[in-house]
Amino acid sequence: MRTALSLLAVLLAAGSVNAQGAQYRGTAGTFALTDCRIETVTQGTIESGTIVIEDGRIAAVGSATAPAGAIAVPCNGGTVYPGFFDSGTILGLQEVGDIAQTRDVDELGNVTPQMEALTAINPSSTIIPQTRVSGVTTTLSVPQGGLMPGTAALINLHGYTPAQMYAGFEGIVLNFPTTGRRGRFDRRSDEAIEKATQEAMERLDEVWEQALLYARIDSARVSSTPDGVQSYQPEMAALLPVVRGTQSLLVVANAANDIVKALEWLEDKNVQAILMGAAEGWRVADRIAEAGLSVITGPVTGLPTRASDRYDRTYQNVALLAQSGITVALQSQDRMQNYRNIPFHAGFAVAYGRDLGFDRQAALESVTIGPARIFGVDGELGSIEVGKNATLFIADGDPFEPQTQITGLFIDGYQLPLVSRQTELYEEYLRRSPGLRTVGEGE
Amino acid sequence: MYHVPRTLRSLALLAAVTASGAVAQTPADLPSPDARGSVLLQGGTVHTVTNGALENTDVLVVDGRIERIGQGLEAPSGVETVDVSGRHVTPGIIDAHSHIALSSVNEASNPIVAEVQMRDAVSPADIGIYRALAGGVTSIHVMHGSANPVGGENETLKLRWGTLDPDGLLFEGAPRTIKFALGENPTRVHGRGRGIRPSTRMGIEQVYREAFTEAQLYRQRQEEARAAGDPLPPIDRRMETLAGILSGEVLVHCHSYRADEILMLMEVFEDFGIERLTFQHANEAFKVAPELAEFGAGASVFSDWANYKFEVYYSTAYNSAILTRNGVRTSVNSDDAGLLRYLYHEAAKAQRYGGLGDQEALALVTLNPAWQLGIDDRVGSIEEGKDADIAVFSEHPLSIYTRVDLTFVDGIARFDRERDGDDMRLYIDPEAEVVTLPTDAHSHSCMLGHDLDALVHGTDSIIYGHGHAHHGHSH
Repeated sequence: MRTALSLLAVLLAAGSVNAQGAQYRGTAGTFALTDCRIETVTQGTIESGTIVIEDGRIAAVGSATAPAGAIAVPCNGGTVYPGFFDSGTILGLQEVGDIAQTRDVDELGNVTPQMEALTAINPSSTIIPQTRVSGVTTTLSVPQGGLMPGTAALINLHGYTPAQMYAGFEGIVLNFPTTGRRGRFDRRSDEAIEKATQEAMERLDEVWEQALLYARIDSARVSSTPDGVQSYQPEMAALLPVVRGTQSLLVVANAANDIVKALEWLEDKNVQAILMGAAEGWRVADRIAEAGLSVITGPVTGLPTRASDRYDRTYQNVALLAQSGITVALQSQDRMQNYRNIPFHAGFAVAYGRDLGFDRQAALESVTIGPARIFGVDGELGSIEVGKNATLFIADGDPFEPQTQITGLFIDGYQLPLVSRQTELYEEYLRRSPGLRTVGEGE
Repeated sequence: MYHVPRTLRSLALLAAVTASGAVAQTPADLPSPDARGSVLLQGGTVHTVTNGALENTDVLVVDGRIERIGQGLEAPSGVETVDVSGRHVTPGIIDAHSHIALSSVNEASNPIVAEVQMRDAVSPADIGIYRALAGGVTSIHVMHGSANPVGGENETLKLRWGTLDPDGLLFEGAPRTIKFALGENPTRVHGRGRGIRPSTRMGIEQVYREAFTEAQLYRQRQEEARAAGDPLPPIDRRMETLAGILSGEVLVHCHSYRADEILMLMEVFEDFGIERLTFQHANEAFKVAPELAEFGAGASVFSDWANYKFEVYYSTAYNSAILTRNGVRTSVNSDDAGLLRYLYHEAAKAQRYGGLGDQEALALVTLNPAWQLGIDDRVGSIEEGKDADIAVFSEHPLSIYTRVDLTFVDGIARFDRERDGDDMRLYIDPEAEVVTLPTDAHSHSCMLGHDLDALVHGTDSIIYGHGHAHHGHSH
């Protein structure tokens, strides 16, 4: 059995390499995108203009003239958008959910912040082209599991090595202890839940004390005996930038109680953080805003967290958070890895949030410049501006609308074909040949 | 979940009134399941599904039926007029694959459990019903799980929210249907979990051939006894249902993924003369679309699910478009309490992936599932004489910006966005605590092998992420 599965894993790996032949190859060069409507996100909409891409960057926007020798890309009146972000995925870390050999999302151990998602990103995952051809170009891949499962990485969805894909942000994940019952199948007694909560909080405090101590010893060593040796604790070494405030902690909390507890803990420890999940963020939005945290939330299309909640509360969560002045980014956190649906999540947030002030522009920001700011990469990504990384796409309509088609795609300045295994299967099987006849009979 | 004994109903009412000061609905507030409504929906864009989209058109509903479709219609006296100008009227959404409103799903104790019925597990107070109505859904096909080659009988429901009587939800007159399952799930549960056949797709075929042959013999013995005037052999409920499949009285809905297993079942059915067949999930149906069309089989698929197990690794979101273009009657289903709430959007994805027209896309969640369930003479389109199961959308039903304003079942508004409140539960379990579930795009989707391991071994499994414990159902 084990041998069979290992063989399967090898076949899968080989298959996904083969699946990305020359038809997936990007084109580098100087490009002139003409006759485009341009939603810059940060500087309004240009009804008709040109975008020049040179050396991987946006060289001109608006009434630019195409440089000699530039490859012409007519938008035909289509609209250009900055590439969309899905700020909570496991993209590249898992190919088939049910096959352990293809899952690299959760390492053994409860506190393993030194596990780096970037190490295990498979650039040949078939899910990468499937995602980017929908205009979703940038994703945060997040390790899953225990208290501190590892370091998440932001990637652009083109490249042959993880380093080529890296988009400039890494963050250590803290799955804040859940304090209540985990669902109706959680059969633990109240006492057991209380005890587990207390133990988890004690464990977290203990880890943090250790990290502080480790950082103090490290600082002392650096200032007094720079060549001295400190006992090696990889978990604690990984936490140094968080302790020293140079890196934000990604704190996952969903229930209102857990969010409040997390906010108190962060304030107490004076830790810089981004809140992730926040399914019940709307219940405590003022508290989150007061703490000054940015929030990555979603799935927008998730179920309400309580049977007593209004049916559309989860649809409205992001709008209610934004209404409190919180900077928001969307995540799909989709178990089927349908990260290509993040534009639809944004659209749902508008459908149910526009009455609360969450309009299309707000939704657009939550999948572009919003996450770019949260991750500190807004100098590179998140809007159509001169000097930024040329990661953008062309759509023949509103990309939040299902009937809209994506007609052009650039990542890091590479023009990418709109091909994924899903489109290849479509091409092959729409008019299958042979159809019902026997092979060789002719059609 | 919970069946509500009669004696508990008054307690339920009490709890509903006192819970957290919110205005909960109570069954007493809502029309009974046998109520039939009348209403004039005036001036909307009516998506008939069988006759295109009619602008500025009225739909007159009398006593739960669509009486007239036209312009300038007048409401008979006493019949309410609702101005739906600028809004969109569609047939109620129909989900051909659901597991909400059920207290149990899988009877996994035998490869063939044709004798069990989901009708015995219907839970009319599941808040999932109200949430589905809020997405324009009026009928769902609640199915047995996928643990066995032959599962139990499913049930087709109308979402007559407001009753605590399970029978109030039954879609009267709908044909009987039964769940079959191929591939990884039954081989995992029985072959690998219990050490009995089937453990391969080869074995699954023979389970069917043997079962149908036995059912033929069972019927033959009955007929022989009848002809000879002898006492009938003992009634066997399992055999009765299998014989009902052979006679065409019970329609088969078969959980399937791979092209080869889809072909296999069509061959078995041809050999036994069974004509009505719908493949559920059918992620690789697109590969054998010509064969499906020739057989006349239906396909009820996901819009875009894939990658959760190996047998869906070669999936494409263009599945429904390829099937439709090849003449296969195709529906898009939810299999999930979350997705169920926006099946209109799942249908719209067939425009992104394959460019289906509006009517073709809407048919995926209305007329086509109705045909697959054998209820298309009653529901699935806006036509005179059909049941008034109707949704009213704020914008075009395939737009991402749309919302459902009203959902009528039998002409009764079972969902009205203007009357939506903070706590719409029908029944509040006084012993239940406030529970926060981790939010998840797919809370109730359970085709994953992990879930089946849990079913067999009684262990919890973590499918995705921290604390997302998914308990053992395989649907």
